Amino acid sequence: MAIEVRIPTILRTYTGGAKTVEGSGTTLAELLNDLDSRYSGLRSRLVTEDGGLHRFVNIYINDEDVRFIGSLEAKVSDGDTVTILPAVAGG
Amino acid sequence: MLTIDRTLYDAIVAHARRDHPDEACGVIAGPIGSDRPVRFIPMQNAERSPTFYRFDSLEQLRVWREMEERGEEPVVIYHSHTATEAYPSRTDIALASEPGAHYVLVSTRSPDTVEFRSFRIVDGQVTEEPVHIEDNAEQVRSESERSHA
Repeated sequence: MAIEVRIPTILRTYTGGAKTVEGSGTTLAELLNDLDSRYSGLRSRLVTEDGGLHRFVNIYINDEDVRFIGSLEAKVSDGDTVTILPAVAGG
Repeated sequence: MLTIDRTLYDAIVAHARRDHPDEACGVIAGPIGSDRPVRFIPMQNAERSPTFYRFDSLEQLRVWREMEERGEEPVVIYHSHTATEAYPSRTDIALASEPGAHYVLVSTRSPDTVEFRSFRIVDGQVTEEPVHIEDNAEQVRSESERSHA
């Protein structure tokens, strides 16, 4: 079993239009590296150059916002669903 | 063009007035591909700010999942400006991430005048569009039938 990753409309250009892709890893950081090896450029839309999560992207592991469970160091395991949603925000 | 029922138009304006002086925000969902806003979903402004808004991340996950289960998409994404015109700010443009949505802006700077405008925001380009408000004919008819019954 793998980790299912749900991709928002605006990032599907990186996944050839796919709404969901699969990946592997034991942390979110590893999972994003794994995805980037097949969907080049995806990671840079989620992670800043300083290595933190982009402020206006929400990433969830199952029902939890990863910001509350360790951000990129959050643990993932087979069977988890990771959901990426751009924050809806503005001024 | 955005076509919207008057009840939904009124609901957005009422939400914006209610949350003033903070910005109000929310979604109107509709069937995928219909371009028709149907289901009004006021959202919390997690920032509780007169100058910024952001959907609460867990509420957003719940609402987005619910839309997916129902075969819906966010047809309208709305928020209010409380001291400036109903036009997307630089931040609004930079963060817009639903190219298929109608971005509705309401200004509550005047208590007596309603400012309600709609835009497409795609790749940093803002295009204003006309807003067509429909009085829900069927609802009006059924209500008048009921009153004659």
